[in-house]
Amino acid sequence: MTVTDDDRRTDAAVTELPDHVQVATEEGRRLAQQLSDADTRHARKLLEVRNLTTHFFTKEGVVHAVDDVSFEIDYGETLGLVGESGCGKSVTALSLTRLVPNPPGRIVRGEIIFDGIDLMKLSEEEMRLLRGKKIGFIFQDPMTSLNPTLTIGYQIAESARIHMGLSRKVADDRAVELLSKVGIPRSRERMRDYPHQFSGGMRQRVMIAIALACDPMLLLADEPTTALDVTIQAQILDLIRSLSEEFGTAVILITHDLGIAAGMCNRVNVMYAGRIVETALVDDIFERPRMPYTWGLMDSLPRLDEERGARLRTIEGMPPDLLSPPDACRFAPRCDYVRDVCREDEPELTRRDEERHLARCWGTEAEGWIK
Amino acid sequence: MATRTQALEVPAGLDAKPTSLWRDAFGRLVRNRMAVVGGVIVLILVFLAIFGPFLTPYPYSAIDYKAMAATGGIPVPPLSMGHLFGTDNLGHDLFSRILDGARISMTVALVVQVVVIFIGIPMGAAAGWFGGRMDNLLMRITDVVYAFPDLLFIILLSISFKDTWFGGAVDGLLLVFVAIGIVSWVTMARLVRGQILSLKETEYVEAARAIGVSDFRIVSRHLLPNAIGPVIVAITLGIPSAILAESTLAFLGIGVNPPRASWGTLINDGSLWMSSTPHMLVFPAIAIALALLSFTFLGDGLRDALDPKLKGKQ
Repeated sequence: MTVTDDDRRTDAAVTELPDHVQVATEEGRRLAQQLSDADTRHARKLLEVRNLTTHFFTKEGVVHAVDDVSFEIDYGETLGLVGESGCGKSVTALSLTRLVPNPPGRIVRGEIIFDGIDLMKLSEEEMRLLRGKKIGFIFQDPMTSLNPTLTIGYQIAESARIHMGLSRKVADDRAVELLSKVGIPRSRERMRDYPHQFSGGMRQRVMIAIALACDPMLLLADEPTTALDVTIQAQILDLIRSLSEEFGTAVILITHDLGIAAGMCNRVNVMYAGRIVETALVDDIFERPRMPYTWGLMDSLPRLDEERGARLRTIEGMPPDLLSPPDACRFAPRCDYVRDVCREDEPELTRRDEERHLARCWGTEAEGWIK
Repeated sequence: MATRTQALEVPAGLDAKPTSLWRDAFGRLVRNRMAVVGGVIVLILVFLAIFGPFLTPYPYSAIDYKAMAATGGIPVPPLSMGHLFGTDNLGHDLFSRILDGARISMTVALVVQVVVIFIGIPMGAAAGWFGGRMDNLLMRITDVVYAFPDLLFIILLSISFKDTWFGGAVDGLLLVFVAIGIVSWVTMARLVRGQILSLKETEYVEAARAIGVSDFRIVSRHLLPNAIGPVIVAITLGIPSAILAESTLAFLGIGVNPPRASWGTLINDGSLWMSSTPHMLVFPAIAIALALLSFTFLGDGLRDALDPKLKGKQ
């Protein structure tokens, strides 16, 4: 399915150039062809986010919650979005589905190309029909994300009824199948149950079933295990992994837990203060992180080989005020390696040693001082 | 220990039937003695309203000339000459007329609440859900209706339409239904708006949006069921005020056309004969009091049953 989609897109892109490319000379034509090839490569991505900027317009001022964020994700890939609370992870996810509460929030700039469609250009109604069908969403707290007055069966079947035009009965059958897929025993009987009859872990399984009801291409999982205890966490993550593999669903996993990201993701984006500060394949980022903030995150994980009673390390200080982000490295005030340049100018996301490894840090640039 | 835990869990699992919310509420309701008494009287009133005409030997408009001749034009006292509650000064059987009055009161209760549901809930839901300008507009309309004196509005309406088909439809009752409905929906609109305002911030609304549920469906399928408890209570508690409003109008001579008589009409008639034959006043007064109290007790009971946290408040 995915492969054929890709092929078709490749053909289309080779035969016709994008509209915005004006061709005058032979030289121009060659350049345009290269551009077009580049575009084809882009179009093979499931999701491309370019310069996404989401602001919240509050009484105190404009909060730059997501600031010029660009990333992409392949079909079937699992991408981790990691960072501490308030760094813009969740708002990024909400922006992708255009669910940022408005007012006060608004996507002020940026492109979100999903499977070749520019989501920013869709009408509200078109966007609604895409949500749930192509993009599934798992929320953080399963205890409050299910409607207490509707049966589990209804809530799972609803998406299929809206998007696939299934009758009540067929949708119910599908819901039963999904329920057993997410590991709820006696699924047909439990269809008529209400959320309060389910435990937290089971509810999160139900949320996963709802998110996957229409076999989406992308699953946004916003801290799916934060509200669960550790043993259940592992089960839920396993479930997300195995189902996303089975359905061929790409996953954006939002978490503040690097350990989870390490176990689940192909690639990781580290976010800080509304910006992506480092992105790399998961092995690269753990082997050789190129941004002091990422080190800080890793250092603050508890370790098995540590002496008992040793204190957990933390990153000193607070993230900057997103009302007026400084025109400098946003991590500089908390960074152990900070130099004057960090406080004067903000670094760009630039390439490091490996191909898909980018970092936003003066110190780890080629001529930087951090080795 | 393990077996004991098991033994505890199984009944809990069996007990947790899908209808547990309503079953829970029902359990609390039947433990409330006043509510049960109220509920039973309400059921009896409804039964009498439906089957009343078949239970008495007299139609409400029949005049017992023989009895009138025997008493010399004085109302027949209760339990005599085949009249359980006696007759009025014209020889109408009072019991039949009270039963017909129950019919009118129950119809008022029903129709007015239907009007309240069909205007109040959509208005409140739209105001709460869309917020902003829509909320402002709808709530200002509500304020205007709320601030306008009810009785004055109803009287003006009845006078303006007195001689049209609208004024005469259903023995003049349609006008009363509509008039009372129009002044009564505001409370419901405000209640529903408040409920929707608080419910729309919940995470399951966000979750519903995330799977592409339309606004209309979110409000009607996801939010209103969560507000159903307070709405049911408001409806039950709104019924006595509607009955009272209709009776008040009838007492003032507005509404139902003779020879039909609402409880208010009967009280008005009875008040003229209060000193000589008080039964003409006493029986309809008891009927009204019974109806109002039973609906109020039932409503209070429902409120406590549906939302135990509210108990003792309001």
